[in-house]
Amino acid sequence: MRLTCPICGTRPLEEFTYRGDASVRRPPDFNPKNTGAWVDYVYMRDNPKGPHKEHWFHGGGCSSWLTVERDTVSHEVRSVKLARSARSGGR
Amino acid sequence: MTQQANRLESGGILVRERPVEFEYDGIRYEGFEGDTLASALMANGIRTVGRSFKYHRARGIYTAGSHEPNALVELRTGARREPNTLATMAELHAGLIAASQNCWPTVRHDLMSVNSALSAFLVAGFYYKTFKWPRRFWTNIYEPVIRRAAGLGHASGKADPDRYEKSYAHCDVLVVGAGPAGIAAADSAARAGARVILCDEHARIGGALLNDRTEINGQAGVEWALDAPSRLSRLGVKVMPRTTVAGWYDDNTFAAAERVSDHLAEPPKHLPRQKLWRIAARHVVVASGAIERPLLFSGNDRPGVMLASSARAYVNHYAVRPGSRAVVCGNNDDLYTTAADLRRAGIAIAAIVDSRSAQEPSDVALAGSLVSQAVGGRSVRKVAVTDLEGGARRTIKCDLVCVAGGWMPNVSLLSQRGVKPAWNEGLQSLVPPETEAETYTCAGACAGRFGTQECLAEGARAGRRAAAAAGIDVPPGEAAPFAASGPFQGKPGGQSRVRGEAGKTFVDLQNDVTARDIELAAREGYGAVEHLKRYTTMGMATDQGRLSNVNGLAVLADVRGVPVSEVGTTTYRPPYTPVTLGTLAGHFQGRTWRPRRLSGFHDWAAERGAEFVENGLWMRWNCFAQPGESLAQAAAREVKAVRSGAGMCDVSTLGKIEIQGPDAVELIDHVYAGNLRKLTVGRSRFALMLREDGMVFDDGTVTRLARDHFLVTTTTGNAGRAMEHLEYCHQVLWPKLDLHMVSVTDAWSGLSIAGPRSRDVLETVVDRLDLSNEAFPFLSAADTSVCAGVPARLMRISYSGELAYEIYVPYQFAEDFIRTLEERGKEFGLCPYGLEALGIMRIEKGHVAGSELNGRTTPADVGLEWAASGTKSAGYIGRALSAREGLVDPEREVLVGLKAVKPTQEIAAGSHLLNKRGSRTLADTQGYVSAACFSPTLEQNIALAFLKRGRERHGEVLRAANPLQKREILVEVTSPVFYDPESDRVRR
Repeated sequence: MRLTCPICGTRPLEEFTYRGDASVRRPPDFNPKNTGAWVDYVYMRDNPKGPHKEHWFHGGGCSSWLTVERDTVSHEVRSVKLARSARSGGR
Repeated sequence: MTQQANRLESGGILVRERPVEFEYDGIRYEGFEGDTLASALMANGIRTVGRSFKYHRARGIYTAGSHEPNALVELRTGARREPNTLATMAELHAGLIAASQNCWPTVRHDLMSVNSALSAFLVAGFYYKTFKWPRRFWTNIYEPVIRRAAGLGHASGKADPDRYEKSYAHCDVLVVGAGPAGIAAADSAARAGARVILCDEHARIGGALLNDRTEINGQAGVEWALDAPSRLSRLGVKVMPRTTVAGWYDDNTFAAAERVSDHLAEPPKHLPRQKLWRIAARHVVVASGAIERPLLFSGNDRPGVMLASSARAYVNHYAVRPGSRAVVCGNNDDLYTTAADLRRAGIAIAAIVDSRSAQEPSDVALAGSLVSQAVGGRSVRKVAVTDLEGGARRTIKCDLVCVAGGWMPNVSLLSQRGVKPAWNEGLQSLVPPETEAETYTCAGACAGRFGTQECLAEGARAGRRAAAAAGIDVPPGEAAPFAASGPFQGKPGGQSRVRGEAGKTFVDLQNDVTARDIELAAREGYGAVEHLKRYTTMGMATDQGRLSNVNGLAVLADVRGVPVSEVGTTTYRPPYTPVTLGTLAGHFQGRTWRPRRLSGFHDWAAERGAEFVENGLWMRWNCFAQPGESLAQAAAREVKAVRSGAGMCDVSTLGKIEIQGPDAVELIDHVYAGNLRKLTVGRSRFALMLREDGMVFDDGTVTRLARDHFLVTTTTGNAGRAMEHLEYCHQVLWPKLDLHMVSVTDAWSGLSIAGPRSRDVLETVVDRLDLSNEAFPFLSAADTSVCAGVPARLMRISYSGELAYEIYVPYQFAEDFIRTLEERGKEFGLCPYGLEALGIMRIEKGHVAGSELNGRTTPADVGLEWAASGTKSAGYIGRALSAREGLVDPEREVLVGLKAVKPTQEIAAGSHLLNKRGSRTLADTQGYVSAACFSPTLEQNIALAFLKRGRERHGEVLRAANPLQKREILVEVTSPVFYDPESDRVRR
């Protein structure tokens, strides 16, 4: 498997590390009454069949965090974006 | 030396002027360059080459390829011995030593063949049914005995002396298999402008063209094939013989094992034995050919029974006679080609047994009949032929039975990628679907297109299609046409099995699975094809069922009374054929297993006799033992030197990250527990990074070098992960923060200078900085210079519990710096110390390290709650979930110190703590020992431990039990800080 890093180009899998679901959102602030939201954020993950947005780190390259859209069935990579701009729809 | 009695006078692709001597089972023989071990054994009249897996029946050479089920041998001797290699694939070379396996005492007289008499019990599911009780018999009796009886070859048990390599290749078009279709595909793809790699598992490319008599464009097919490598190389094709494409992975990435030097007695110095290629291809042409289908009849495993196509290969390619009197049996026209080829080689044809009734009978041709039984022990002696209509039997004497049951496309590689072949009634086989796939094209016999002419034409078309799919602008037109002889004759007709014969009918020869086993499995409820495979082990041998699969499915369909198309098929998985572990490991073994990181002080330390210890990739100083000193003695001496004078220790390996920018302080405040906003310029602080779940992730220091410039350090082991974490926090969690960060771990080399005289030592090297306690107190930091102008970073930080500093200089100055420091520090007793001494001092001081920060401890657990306080609004990582009930439970195990009640008694790390009275069960455990040492300062054994409600229990006596060492001692609970609890020494 290869990923096309927006900065470094197409690179082999070994240069990247996987983190997990990119769609989870960190609760905005610390509120003791809000533990449930924090537990969801830290522990609860879906295990979808099909398209999945996930975070990968290009540690063997430019140190970018990437948002990769990947199909968990076919392993097809549909898009790779820089995580910092993925949320605002950047490149 | 024996003569090559079965060698033909002429013909074959052999270098006859180069005879090759080899040894098999202790006897010397001769063959020719160009032989395989199998063809050379055959030339010398050797028929029994192995004993079967379960029943130890004599077996002979059955094929001429990598799907060989019987001729598995051990090659070479000593450390180079390699078990389970295929004699049909091993190239003969001078000095080759081979031995048969799975037999005792010899392959001719194998005592284990009594298993055959016990066969009524060795049926499908035998292991599951028999070896269940009593339970303890399994490890002591059943398993060792079964392993000896049913094992294959034996590993050498010695380190492999040869080298293995890994290589990478990229191409537009990869062609797998170099028969007529593969060669034509590589040719046309290259002509269209594609970068092409052509791989084939055999020593020579050509596939069936080397084994059959064909004609291409007026030239003998074999000549055309032998010319192909130079023709293709001129077109720029990378031709890779002896290269098995073993696996097909995501993004058209392929693993291919190249046998670089297996055909040589020993690899030359500059070459590896094998090489693992990773090939990234835009498009792949799968031209992996087809395998002839065996026939099922009683005794179909006797030496002398072989595939008809293989018999032709031995006669035509290797110029050997596989027998002297042959019966050729099957359901298609290949019978007559085979008979003709055998006759040319001087082999008498006793009968051509054709299952189709429409054939004209002649003196030897029997129509509407099949072989129903082969009789013989170490060689077939005769066969019974049954008339399919009347059931009449006749016996025919022969020593060779060639079976031709039609052709099975070799779909292994396609199956690995999830391509599901479908049952083709006309071909009586599984054929891949005709699809216009983006990433692959299937060509030739593998696609169910047979005959030389069609394979060439289809291959050429596939090559052009592949080039276009790879993004090449293919010029219009057609590939040059071929005129070839060799029409497809393998289309099966009629019946292929006589049922109800007594004796064993083998479906999977290598795993000894019979037709009866399949019938039994179906009756016992294992009739689903995947269940059948696991219950009977059919298709689980080294060929993964390439030879047995279709016959097995046919038998299964028959018992279940359904068409074969409804039975389905199992999935093939990588590797296509076994790949040795050495090849998979490549150079990642021994000294080159992984890279080593050396600090700038390494050479100096090695000169001083340092003993090193691995820490991640780093080689760190463990101690500087003087002659006659043990590790413990050296460490004790080093501890005393630090505590009474001065010592220096390499801290270059700590992770060092610079964070710069107007918002740097924001990020620091988010990622570290506690409140770091108030950290002033020129100050350092000890700080904890937590995980979001509230557990400690890493500890280190944060130094504010300027208003918007921070230097943080991490532990050696966590340096990479901490960097990744910080980047995540910045790029994903708080992308708007205006800052940059960079790892400077390798840029700065650092020493910890510790001990009451450390200030004196430093004053000899620091250029212009007042180091007095007033001007540069504990936790001060400065950018400064040493030795007249070398830039340096100085921080007054202590891990040892003494007055101490960390000083960093640029990597390139490291060696000069330490030599200067050593020289000038002499008068203050400056002594290098290693991790062992550091480990003792940190336990004496109650400082936590990796054994306490184990991913299951909170700041409060390790007594560092002060580092995780902070304002109410502070939203640092880990804060929210730290408040969970379980993490603030007063019953939690917290850090304490332990003293052995008898000071000389050693406390074992990992011991369980138990109440002084009470049972020794896990339920009663009060905690555990995380780190222990003999303290040279306190002159007694001490430890750090986690203990339930530990803070309230100082003074209590407990038992420290270590059932592994069968030891139990008494310990007294204390504060974790044994040494200088007020921390006066670090502040002087």
